[in-house]
Amino acid sequence: MSPHNPAVLPDRTAANSYSGEIALEVRDLVKTYPGPRGGATVRALDQLSIRVAAGTIFGLLGPNGAGKSTTVKILTTLSRPDSGDARVAGIDVVRYPGQVRREIGLVSQKASSDPMATGRENLLLAARIQGLSRRAAAARADELIDRFDLTDAANRLVRTYSGGMARRLDVAIGLVHRPQVLFLDEPTTGLDPEARAEMWAEIERLADERTTVLLTTHYLEEADRLADRLAIVDHGRVVVEGTAEDLKRELRGDAIIVELGTAAQMAAATARLGRVAGLREISSDGASLRARADDGASAVPAVLASLDDTGVTVASVTVSRPSLDDVYLRHAGRTYHATEENSR
Amino acid sequence: MTTLTAAVRPTRSHLLVHSGLLTLRSVRALIRQPWYAAITLIQPVIWLLLFGQLFRSVVHIPGFVSSQDASGSYLEFISPGVIMMTVLFSAAWAGTIYIEDMNRGVMDRLLASPVSRGAMMIGTLAYQVITTLIQTLIVFGIAYAAGARYPGSTTGILLTLVAASLLCVIFAAMSNAVALLARTQEALIGISQFLSLPLAFLSSAVMAIALAPDWLQTVARYNPVDWAVVVSRQALSADPDWGAVLPRLGALALLAVVMAWLATRAFRTYQRST
Repeated sequence: MSPHNPAVLPDRTAANSYSGEIALEVRDLVKTYPGPRGGATVRALDQLSIRVAAGTIFGLLGPNGAGKSTTVKILTTLSRPDSGDARVAGIDVVRYPGQVRREIGLVSQKASSDPMATGRENLLLAARIQGLSRRAAAARADELIDRFDLTDAANRLVRTYSGGMARRLDVAIGLVHRPQVLFLDEPTTGLDPEARAEMWAEIERLADERTTVLLTTHYLEEADRLADRLAIVDHGRVVVEGTAEDLKRELRGDAIIVELGTAAQMAAATARLGRVAGLREISSDGASLRARADDGASAVPAVLASLDDTGVTVASVTVSRPSLDDVYLRHAGRTYHATEENSR
Repeated sequence: MTTLTAAVRPTRSHLLVHSGLLTLRSVRALIRQPWYAAITLIQPVIWLLLFGQLFRSVVHIPGFVSSQDASGSYLEFISPGVIMMTVLFSAAWAGTIYIEDMNRGVMDRLLASPVSRGAMMIGTLAYQVITTLIQTLIVFGIAYAAGARYPGSTTGILLTLVAASLLCVIFAAMSNAVALLARTQEALIGISQFLSLPLAFLSSAVMAIALAPDWLQTVARYNPVDWAVVVSRQALSADPDWGAVLPRLGALALLAVVMAWLATRAFRTYQRST
């Protein structure tokens, strides 16, 4: 598959939501940064294109450095693309940044509230900046404090907030002016599981209210659960795009993962499994070998028997239903986990 | 939707409202940690009381023209200098607010909102000026308690406040610009050590300039710190030399506007590099 022609899968489950208005339209975005100390320029975005229907949650999934945050920066007018078109709510972000700023809410990767102000003061300031009158700002702040379960903490300084509370306040601040599009840049990074679950529930509520959300994440699970559609981004390009279900369905069959006793036997194992009927997409990564079969459970005996014939020691065998991890492996050419490790 | 967009188009009143809101934000933070500002007063108190005592006899050096008043004490002479040095060292740290906002996501959120860059600049500068006015009045109070008396009284104090505010804007704007360009707190240390300190001593802040070497007198002529000190010292004296005060006040005002404008431009560089 050519990297410049990302796979766009036919949309079966969400056909209705996609037929509506387009809230975000990004075409062929390119952004380069000068390399460190005169080194080669870094191509952060390489003809990235996405379209997001109004009222849906769109997930941008990829490892650190894939280009997710750069995309958000351009769409929120914080950065300018070298070339390409980007429209938010129909407005060109390069030509009319001032108008775009009135239609968007931004929850950036870092906490975006003032620690020396209370939660309520943060909300009031954000609301007044967005042009709400004093009275309207107060009413909206109360509404959001209630909705995001910050009532007890509303009059406390933000620096005393827990990570989860501060993040909920960030989202509340982003919603204060009822933006058409809300950008959530890695909203749950660094949160404990409980706070993450709460945040997910909040994001799902946004979808119910038909707010368009662009969500970036490097958690496969998060994109799987929240996004109506998602795009896997790698090296500044969209490698595949569709609903999570479509992406998984496209893989057909189960993943069989065999952990070998030693990586030294990998070549022999791979060669032998290539001759087992019904196995396809055989790949290896260290001492772990992956393959795909229509029915994983019934293929396992044949796999084990043939590896045993060859004298290969097997440490474990796992069969799993297709996951986004498999989608990632297929389209980015390596496992998501390995990519994450390398980017650290 | 078109009408809504038209209704909230930014205007001059938006600039003022936004600047006011951002100034209030900082003032509120200051009220919540007043020791922050109090620490910046330790230095001037030491200058005034210890320096004032230690060098009290320098006024008797032939040629030391103190406050155009032969009976003036060194404490009275040094007060305008201490005020401007306090302004200088305090304003050098103005960029800290931006650095903190950048380290959190506050800067990005503001830049992605309808707030103009001008309002963001005016907001922090106005806050710094408020701090400067309070500090200046406190230093005057301490000097008065220690026995200093100024024949120029009200006009002198008002003009000192104006000069201190303008000097504050010049250096706070520079600090903001450095914060936007370098994005580290460490770079601000550079301003206070390599700029503020030499500029303070290349002026008549603590010593009669007539007694300094020629080259230093020449440098002082182009030093905004010296302009502010001269404005204040003259205005506080019994018989101010307005010919020395007004051009310096004008130059301070002009430089303040230029620096604030340049610092606002630094937002562009900041955004280009993100």
